[in-house]
Amino acid sequence: MKSGNDIAVKVEHLTRRFGDFVAVDDISLEVRKGEVFGFLGPNGAGKSTTIKMLCGLLLPTAGSGSVGGYDIMTESEEIKKHIGYMSQKFSLYEDLTVEENIDFFSGIYSVPPQKKSERKEWVISMAGIGDRRKSVTKNLPQGFKQRLALGCAVLHEPPILFLDEPTSGVDPISRRNFWDMIYVMSKDGATIFVTTHYMDEADYCDRLAMIYRGKIIAGGTPNELRLEHMKRDVLEIEVDRTVDAIDILYKSGVDAAIFGSRIHATVESAEVSAPSITKLLEQSGIRVLNVEKIEPSLEDVFVTLIEVS
Amino acid sequence: MKLLRVKAIAKKELIQILRDPLSLAIAFLMPLMQLFIYGYAITFDVNNISTVVYDRDKSSMSRELISEFQASGYFTIAAYIEGYKDIDTYFETNRAKVALIIPEHFSKDVKTGRPAQVGVILDGSDSNTATIAEGYINAVGLLFAHRLPGAKVLPVIDVRGRVWYNPELKSRNFIIPGLIVVIMAVIVALLTSLTVAREWERGTMEQLISTPVKPVEIVIGKLIPYFSIGFADILMAIGIGVFWFGVPLKGSPFLLIALAAIFTFGGVSFGILISINARGSQAVASQMALLSTFLPAFLLSGFMFAISNMPGPLQWLTYIIPARYFVTISKGIFLKGSTLEMLAWEATLLTLFGAAVFIAAVKRFRKRIE
Repeated sequence: MKSGNDIAVKVEHLTRRFGDFVAVDDISLEVRKGEVFGFLGPNGAGKSTTIKMLCGLLLPTAGSGSVGGYDIMTESEEIKKHIGYMSQKFSLYEDLTVEENIDFFSGIYSVPPQKKSERKEWVISMAGIGDRRKSVTKNLPQGFKQRLALGCAVLHEPPILFLDEPTSGVDPISRRNFWDMIYVMSKDGATIFVTTHYMDEADYCDRLAMIYRGKIIAGGTPNELRLEHMKRDVLEIEVDRTVDAIDILYKSGVDAAIFGSRIHATVESAEVSAPSITKLLEQSGIRVLNVEKIEPSLEDVFVTLIEVS
Repeated sequence: MKLLRVKAIAKKELIQILRDPLSLAIAFLMPLMQLFIYGYAITFDVNNISTVVYDRDKSSMSRELISEFQASGYFTIAAYIEGYKDIDTYFETNRAKVALIIPEHFSKDVKTGRPAQVGVILDGSDSNTATIAEGYINAVGLLFAHRLPGAKVLPVIDVRGRVWYNPELKSRNFIIPGLIVVIMAVIVALLTSLTVAREWERGTMEQLISTPVKPVEIVIGKLIPYFSIGFADILMAIGIGVFWFGVPLKGSPFLLIALAAIFTFGGVSFGILISINARGSQAVASQMALLSTFLPAFLLSGFMFAISNMPGPLQWLTYIIPARYFVTISKGIFLKGSTLEMLAWEATLLTLFGAAVFIAAVKRFRKRIE
């Protein structure tokens, strides 16, 4: 990676069309060296298309950008020397064993022979797959596969890592383990660009960009996003009959959504609305167990932003 | 180019082939089966032609003539019939291909020195067999005439042909050397055609092209195991030709093997070029490989039909079919003992073909999603 400035990834007015469909629409963003940058958005928002353009796998239709100081239009092969990429779909060789996959990518990334076994052991221990090293990859649980894929993408210790939905389809514990791995690499100084559609994972990132229908709709640290874009308050309401309660709230025009067994209502002022909502529900025979003002989650922020846009 | 990367790809590819029963079957079972099936099925030798006899003379001389036909080994008497109508019945039901009609006055004619005629009807729906049968009938007839007491049938010009290169005129001897080429052209291309398409189909290519690996490293790495298998196949096929089918190998086995290596290189390069162009679909790739190798190699290589008998444009087409060159080489070395000087033209074009296809494959390989 070229040194000199502290920007790892920078794109301006990046656009990618597939025929008439605009997958990525004029986006600009910057990722600083060493940060964990989250790229958030629902499925089909343009996350994977963006990440593929950054990795030199897909040529942009318009715009400019650089990764590690190399131009994404003209120096894609240079970029490939300095990045690790983990695609959304599991893309290791399913008919090879764990060790064979590691050996293969270690050869592909030209890891020097004297470092090879050290890197291999590092990947195996970090991914926690020591007892599965002779297993054919096909038979591994999804969580193991994801961690192995990440391990194979960082064998050559790349300064920048692109992870495309690394935790999709994985159980919550595996997701947590995976994020622990990301932190380890971040501590070692790597820049990490990670896409996800799990809003709860956004809080693990240093900075975020939210993408929706190909456009970036917001960006900043998780706290900045909350402060800037959540002018309104969020009330968390706990009742005995959630579904009936949300029906009543809808009918009286309250902006509310179910979050697990509770209801989140977005209101102008918590102080004014808390008593009135309680009253409204109790009049309809619903027992209100608890109403309190909460810190809005990034999902609340995202939902609000989509409604605005 | 980094050797480390080529080695990694070659090793990975080999492991995948060895763990894939379908690849193994295509690599080893298919050529064996084809070699044995075609090796026995394709023959131009005609024996035991089923024949019906309408003997209207019923004399000792007519019986002598019939036994002369039987003794030749080319004819088997299927039945004795009593009328022309029966010929139709036997031909239509495929119970006979030849009908021999001996006229009433056959023995009288022979004894009185008048020209005696024997009628022959051939089933022309199988023209190949019919033509050959006609030749045999004339020969048997001539032989019979010669042995008649007091026969003075002497041809004006005595033509005595001598067959070079395949003196026993065994069709197997010239079929097997060509057959090896046709089978290997198909197997090598088919096997290799899946390798790149499979990676796009399974999504592993996306990971591979995100790395610094170069197209030439991918192509060479992938070719190494396929070349080794294809080359082993050719050696196996040559071995079966010589030791099982007993085809004499007159020329240098080393020359044959060296040129086989060049042919195999062209074949695997062609297979990988197809695979690159069939982006993402193994089905398309294997169809393309079959279509572009099997029929051209079978029909236009000179294996079955002489190129010099083809219409002009078709003859030109044969120049882009590598099997054409290797069929000439293989037949030449097997049957005539040809040397490298004699085969220089074919060897050169075969090498050029391999090099051109290999370069095209490397150039066509894209490290991008399109």
